[in-house]
Amino acid sequence: MPARLALARATSEVAIEMIERLQTYLPRLVLSPSFVLILLFVYGFIVFTGYLSMSDSRMLPSFGFVGLENFGKLFNLRHWSIALKNLAIFGILYIVICTVIGLGLAILLDMKIRGEGVLRPIYLYPMALSFIVTGTAWKWFLDPGIGLEHVMHLWGWESFSFNWIKSREMAIYTVVIAAVWQSSGFVMAMFLAGLRGIDNEILKAAQIDGASNWQLYRRIVIPMLRPAFLSAFVVLAHLAIKAYDLVIALTNGGPGRATELPATFMYSYSFTRNQMGIGASSAVIMLMMIASIIIPYLYSELREKKS
Amino acid sequence: MKRTLSKLACGVAVCAIMTGAGVASAADSSVEVLHWWTSGGEASALNVLKEDLESNGVSWKDMPVAGGGGEQAMTVLRARVTAGNAPTAVQMLGFDIQDWAAEGALADLNSVAAKEGWDDVVPAALQRFAKHDGKWISAPVNVHSTNWVWANKKIFDELGIAQPASWDELVAALDKIKAAGYTAVAHGGQAWQDATIFDAVVMSVGGPDLYKKAFVDLDPAALGSDQMKEAFDRMATLRSYVDDNFSGRDWNLASAMVIEGKAGVQFMGDWAKGEFLKANLKPGEDFLCFRFPDTQGTVTFNSDQFAMFSIGEEGRDAQVKLASSIMAPSFQSAFNVVKGSVPARTDVSDEAFDACGKKGMKELAEANASGKLFGSMAHGHASPAAVKNSIYDVVTAHFNGEFDSAEAVEELVSAVEGAQ
Amino acid sequence: MSAASKDTALRTGAIARAVIYSVLIVFAVFYLLPLFVMLVNSVKPLDEIRQGNMLAFPQAFTIEPWIQAWGEAQIGVQPTGLKPYFVNSLVMVIPAVAISTFLGAINGYVLTKWQFPGHRIVFGLMLFSCFIPFQIVLIPMARILGLLDLAGTTSGLVLVHVVYGLGFTTLFFRNYYDAFPTELIRAATIDGAGFFRIFRRILLPSSGPIIVVTVIWQFTNVWNDFLFGASFADFDSQPMTVALNNLVSSSTGVKEYNVHFAGAILAALPTLIVYVVSGRYFVRGLMAGAVKG
Repeated sequence: MPARLALARATSEVAIEMIERLQTYLPRLVLSPSFVLILLFVYGFIVFTGYLSMSDSRMLPSFGFVGLENFGKLFNLRHWSIALKNLAIFGILYIVICTVIGLGLAILLDMKIRGEGVLRPIYLYPMALSFIVTGTAWKWFLDPGIGLEHVMHLWGWESFSFNWIKSREMAIYTVVIAAVWQSSGFVMAMFLAGLRGIDNEILKAAQIDGASNWQLYRRIVIPMLRPAFLSAFVVLAHLAIKAYDLVIALTNGGPGRATELPATFMYSYSFTRNQMGIGASSAVIMLMMIASIIIPYLYSELREKKS
Repeated sequence: MKRTLSKLACGVAVCAIMTGAGVASAADSSVEVLHWWTSGGEASALNVLKEDLESNGVSWKDMPVAGGGGEQAMTVLRARVTAGNAPTAVQMLGFDIQDWAAEGALADLNSVAAKEGWDDVVPAALQRFAKHDGKWISAPVNVHSTNWVWANKKIFDELGIAQPASWDELVAALDKIKAAGYTAVAHGGQAWQDATIFDAVVMSVGGPDLYKKAFVDLDPAALGSDQMKEAFDRMATLRSYVDDNFSGRDWNLASAMVIEGKAGVQFMGDWAKGEFLKANLKPGEDFLCFRFPDTQGTVTFNSDQFAMFSIGEEGRDAQVKLASSIMAPSFQSAFNVVKGSVPARTDVSDEAFDACGKKGMKELAEANASGKLFGSMAHGHASPAAVKNSIYDVVTAHFNGEFDSAEAVEELVSAVEGAQ
Repeated sequence: MSAASKDTALRTGAIARAVIYSVLIVFAVFYLLPLFVMLVNSVKPLDEIRQGNMLAFPQAFTIEPWIQAWGEAQIGVQPTGLKPYFVNSLVMVIPAVAISTFLGAINGYVLTKWQFPGHRIVFGLMLFSCFIPFQIVLIPMARILGLLDLAGTTSGLVLVHVVYGLGFTTLFFRNYYDAFPTELIRAATIDGAGFFRIFRRILLPSSGPIIVVTVIWQFTNVWNDFLFGASFADFDSQPMTVALNNLVSSSTGVKEYNVHFAGAILAALPTLIVYVVSGRYFVRGLMAGAVKG
């Protein structure tokens, strides 16, 4: 009898141990399908693209190895330097303007505004629409012949001129306008969420100490919004680098090639010009740019959590 | 077995819903057609083909993908072929057909072509694209010719302008139109539209000789010649007759400018005719159609074709029926009347066509007979995609004032060389 | 989380408030303008659009373009309008959103409450996947879908959207659960609750806000996707965006702008409704998780 008891205890101990072991491995097991999918479909494909960038692929992938020849060709293309320059202009303006507008609107909306429930979805909705939908409307609006300029002329303001989209120097700024329209509301929501998360007592205390509104924001509120700034930056940066639909819908890279961006460049070389090798090498450069933004962010974020 | 494996491979959660949705079955007598004639008249014209096939017991699975004159569809095609899921037939232009044939992806249509005698009725310039290694691989639907001028007759009459027959007469006419306060040239600043004009201008400067050497043989001497510089100078001249809002404008909006009497002429392929007809304008009475001055007698063309993919035996029968229906004179006539183009076979009756269409068919036949029928560079019928786009880059940059003509010639030589 | 209706600590005068309201309204006009252009021109006859003022109200009001866009316009050879594609999109979006949200939740749970050595690297790798440009995955993805026998099927599209949504959904849930008190989990473990039980009984019931954010985000992205839909769908599974593109960007032929605009709004309706209806929860959800980085 005691022997049986001991046996039972032993088996139950084994069982418990197994359950415990299962408990330690179960989480990893649950995570693994997602992780495997990502490894294959993201990192596997990145490796594949890396290989293509050193191959002689034209219309379809082929595997003749040509070393770094495609990168050499890439950086000799005037086209590519235009695309990089445009990305710099577009990226900086887009991120800065979206952040400023987003933060500004969030601060204003946070001041006990009547009708916030109406305004907020109005600011947010552009993010819900794809540019296949709104591209035509924007193109119209910016076109001097039928758009804003034309309407202003009809309304009697004859000297009004707004023809950026037709000008090589200015067209990239119209892309910025449309892009800001699309995502600044979303940034607003992120900041609004950040503001709402700040403890009101801190603000009240500072006010009792005689801080002005301006000081209040500069010294207390904005520093406390740091996580929101970071999230906004990452979201905007990746949207900027991936920006494709926007340019296709608005200018299709024109006038001339004045609004070409790396994403449109990559697409056209990979798929319409049958120079997939060069397309892939531009993709590799884009991935490197993305990595140089994201990895430091991830590093700081994840390390901070440790401490 | 394969499906079971695939389920194992793709992760538990994802597969839970995958069993529900079916895979397209390889139906015996159906054709899947990838094309970009997705709206309006051209789509309903294609419906003629669909009904024709259905009356033969072949069902039509429609796979339309619009955008960028087929660019989007070609991207989709790459994905489909890579996935091993090629459509039965794909609308295609020029060199794309040859490129796919070179990949070994296309089917052999020689038996039906021999039976129906395609070799005798399709112009050799089209066969250049529809055949690969002596094998028919695609069925041409139409021929668009691209060196047309569309003019508003009222403006021409009002200013006493006769139909210009030479470059100098054209410039004189444009001067008059501009002086009268109209936009002389209605144009849309998109790379392919710039290049469409460039085709005609090169032809007008150096004739078929220069055109062929530069765009087909890609001879650096021809590309860098003084004649080519002259062609760029002419482009710059034409640029001075275009209004300031041209950039990015769709071609049909440019046509509308001519239709509404705001602009004098448009240089555009024969698909523009549809716009004029839909606005209830009559050829010869309300608008004029004539060849780009100094290119009379020559025709630059593009031709929509349906390339047939190798899809295995079970779909073969339906595929052949499709090819045969496309080549049937009745469909060629019905479709092209709607589309504004002319039939790809030279033996179709011109009865159903209007004045411009009859003229187009006659000129096509003549140009074919005299060896003056050339594939259009701007529409991918003279040189491969990489070269075509590199020429686009230079032409459009020059037209937008980034280069002067001398620089443009230099750039052209190096761009074409770099793209080969 | 509870601060949504707090008192603002700021004192503002009447003039300042007037300025605030005008700034807010000016921006509202800016955001509404394109939608206004689309709406107004979708109820005008084509002639009026051609000659007229794009901001003017219609002189002759017509509902015809909407009827056309929904049920009669040529999309390919069939005059079906957008109607059939609406269903295709729904069939694709619902499972894609549900699966990716579920996986994101469970991943977030593991990465915060059941941490294992290297969990940060795993998370970092998953997060980086949000930033991959989709154009580069086209060809290899097509190959894999072909191998899995999923080419041209809705299931294949769902798989693609799940894979490329995982990064964001995991991020959202991870940040949300990170702030969730770990003591509760410990207590539950001591009481003998297992991995799934804790998830179901403790975490899931309080995940409302972040589920809203994730669903909105995923729904919008999947619904609006064009590239994958065009490349990996078959003739019988093409989503709404592809049909809309076919409607509006045919190369030749008359451009019926009023029909295009009506179609565009129809295609955007589901996402618009989702945003407007759940906008409030969206900010709340962001507050609770997403912006905590």
